[in-house]
Amino acid sequence: MTFTAQIINVLAACILLTSFGLLVQRRIYGLLRIFAWQGLFLSASTALVAYTAGMNHLYISAALTLTLKVVVLPYILYVLVNRLNIYRDVEPLVNIPATMLIGIVLVIFSYHLTAPIRELSTLVTRTTLAVALSTVLLGFLMMITRKKAVTQIIGFLALENGLFFAATSATYGMPLVIELGVALDILIAAFIFGIFIFQIRTTFDSLDLKEMEKLKEHEGA
Amino acid sequence: MREAFPLLIEACQIALVLFAAPLLAGWVRALKCWTQGRTSPGVLQPYRNLIKLFSKDIVLAHNASWVFRFTPYLLFGSVLMAGAIIPIISVDLPLSATADIIALVALFAIGRFFIALAGMDVGTAFGGMGSSREMMIASLAEPAVLMTTFTVSLFGHTTSLSEMVRFIGQQNFFLSPSMVFAAIAFVLTLLAETGRVPVDNPVTHLELTMIHEGMILEYSGRYLALVEWAGMMKLFIFTSLGVALFVPWGIPQGDDLMDIPLAVLIMAGKLALVAAGIVLAETGLAKMRIFRVPEFLGTAFLIATLGMLSHFILEM
Repeated sequence: MTFTAQIINVLAACILLTSFGLLVQRRIYGLLRIFAWQGLFLSASTALVAYTAGMNHLYISAALTLTLKVVVLPYILYVLVNRLNIYRDVEPLVNIPATMLIGIVLVIFSYHLTAPIRELSTLVTRTTLAVALSTVLLGFLMMITRKKAVTQIIGFLALENGLFFAATSATYGMPLVIELGVALDILIAAFIFGIFIFQIRTTFDSLDLKEMEKLKEHEGA
Repeated sequence: MREAFPLLIEACQIALVLFAAPLLAGWVRALKCWTQGRTSPGVLQPYRNLIKLFSKDIVLAHNASWVFRFTPYLLFGSVLMAGAIIPIISVDLPLSATADIIALVALFAIGRFFIALAGMDVGTAFGGMGSSREMMIASLAEPAVLMTTFTVSLFGHTTSLSEMVRFIGQQNFFLSPSMVFAAIAFVLTLLAETGRVPVDNPVTHLELTMIHEGMILEYSGRYLALVEWAGMMKLFIFTSLGVALFVPWGIPQGDDLMDIPLAVLIMAGKLALVAAGIVLAETGLAKMRIFRVPEFLGTAFLIATLGMLSHFILEM
């Protein structure tokens, strides 16, 4: 293995570690910080892939990732959390050690799922496909096991990170037009989430999504 | 003459584990004093403590059974045995064939089992409390230690410590995520296994927070000396195990007696650095609540498992 391939692997491992970090972190500020780190690792590994494979458009993707996922999105979420005063501990539905174990099972599952693809592929990044898939699944897991809207949004964004990483490792990235579109979508989604969260809060006095499971109107209303 | 070299090296190493362990403990304490702005009693203070304790009489509780009297010797012996197996100053140790990494963890477990029994033997409240906490931490730390060492053993395809260290020592520098993960997990478990902050505070005798000190509260005289000495050796052994597994460069591969002085010097330098790292971590962190410890060790286990998985996922 060449040295750049080793670094790409280490970065992939760091992305996996940050996905688990998102699962086990209790504080919202901590979550935002880990999310920013994940974006940083993602952008670094994309830039390295661009360098090894000589794909120039991946540099643009890396720069986009750096601005959007390391700076802009964490900042938007930070402002949101500050406005709403919700920096208290996050309450998970399943306790944290159990979530970790489920996460490990998901990693093994995605390893088995991607093993055949790995045999076929000849890219430098073929080994990281399993990591990308597990990042997607761990993002799902985070959205499932958390009650609050903000943590679910972070889970969703982590899932998107995983998809982006999967695209990079399976086919050296999507065409640039699509990547730009996705980046714009994510940015707009973050704004919409913000507005949506404010609405949830004013309607239900809480960001706990359990409240939304009740379909009845309030008494007396 | 040549055939006797491995035996001589083994004897050197046992002597080193015995007599350098208090020095390492003294170095850690002195560094800690300096970082906290206190005047340290010097790096030789643990030796003076041990001499003082050995010359004192033993005060035994009326209802102390043979377990209580037998435990210090067993603990000391098992830890010293572990020290004879780990490649500290040479890879070529005759005794290392007697036990692999699994047996090494079991050796520590024996000592821990008996010290926990001894903690409950006299029947004081603190002893029982300390024992139960120690066992809780041990049950979580041991899987993590095993996972960590298994990750390293995947590289050399062996569980024998000597072979693992020899294999890694022969490689050029290589960057591998699983090794990085294993090293991080090892540091976390090292803090738990040797009873350092943030899991346990080695200097406190505050009733509510002590774990290891709670168990050995009833010991005095030479029993206490043996238990404390074993504790220092355990710190020495764990740090040198970490050094041997993750930065083995500098440990001689052959059985030449001439390599030993240089190996000892290199090892001393590495251990001094690791100790400085431990002290920095201890000064920067606060002791965590006991019910947070399972999460801390769960994280260590998770990182070790991720290391093992990433060996298969990323490095095959």
